[in-house]
Amino acid sequence: MSQKTATDLISAIPYAKTLGIEVEYKEDGLLLILPYLKSNIGNPTLPALHGGAIGGFMEVCAMAELGRRAPDLPFSKPIGINIDYLRRGKPVTTYARATIFKEGARVANVRVRAWQESEDKPIAALSGHFLVPKKR
Amino acid sequence: MSAFLEKLWEIAPALVEGTPHARELGIKFVAVDKGLGTLSMPYNDTLIGDPRSRVIAGGAVTTLLDQACGMAAIAGFDGFAQLATLSLRIDYQRAAKPGKTVMAEAVCYKTTRHVAFIRAIAHDGDPDDPVATAQSCFMLTGPLYKVPSKAGQTAGKEDKTS
Repeated sequence: MSQKTATDLISAIPYAKTLGIEVEYKEDGLLLILPYLKSNIGNPTLPALHGGAIGGFMEVCAMAELGRRAPDLPFSKPIGINIDYLRRGKPVTTYARATIFKEGARVANVRVRAWQESEDKPIAALSGHFLVPKKR
Repeated sequence: MSAFLEKLWEIAPALVEGTPHARELGIKFVAVDKGLGTLSMPYNDTLIGDPRSRVIAGGAVTTLLDQACGMAAIAGFDGFAQLATLSLRIDYQRAAKPGKTVMAEAVCYKTTRHVAFIRAIAHDGDPDDPVATAQSCFMLTGPLYKVPSKAGQTAGKEDKTS
């Protein structure tokens, strides 16, 4: 995979475009970037990003990391996910990186961490099972 | 119906509309009741997660459920307050049918002083055949503003017990 295939993977998803997601290709995994957009705000008074936008961003991150391994296959589908919200999502750029904990024949277990200023201060974490498309 | 629920019915559409990300995804207010919140999200191409099947993204359903759970939490706290999602678990039973409006129905079954516990389902027409089920916890991040009954005298005052 290259930066171009990673970008193509993300730009093929209309929902990822709605959130404004960008991707940076790295040797050891994909770095997903969610630039600040007013349309991703959930609480305008604080202000804070919408929990759903952060959750959706992390779901896309998990699916992109799984898709990176098999770009020609359909996307993986989430089965069950747990999201923990750890800090307020400030109106700044958010990053996410996924780790595949276990990859089985049908199901993969993925963990995603989302952060803003510093990777060791996560604002949210996702863990979930995803249905992996069958290889032909 | 309590004075608070009447007020909530009145301003709930604006609460949803005033949430930029809910408006971005086209989420609409449907109903509230004691501890209940129902919202809808009409199908839109901008929600698609899988361009091959045109099925909407799990993330869009996540946001709809999060928003509905928040509405149910406000209804459950029986007062207006700033809330933050602590945790959200979602199980996806099946893909939402392309073209169909997705509804989320959330039930706040317990509140403590600062935390609300909510269950929710998302469906695209038949609540007995859900698209996803969710379980969430919300936390109060500020004071709880109670709406007094019409005979009450604490209009607009902060509830000191919160």
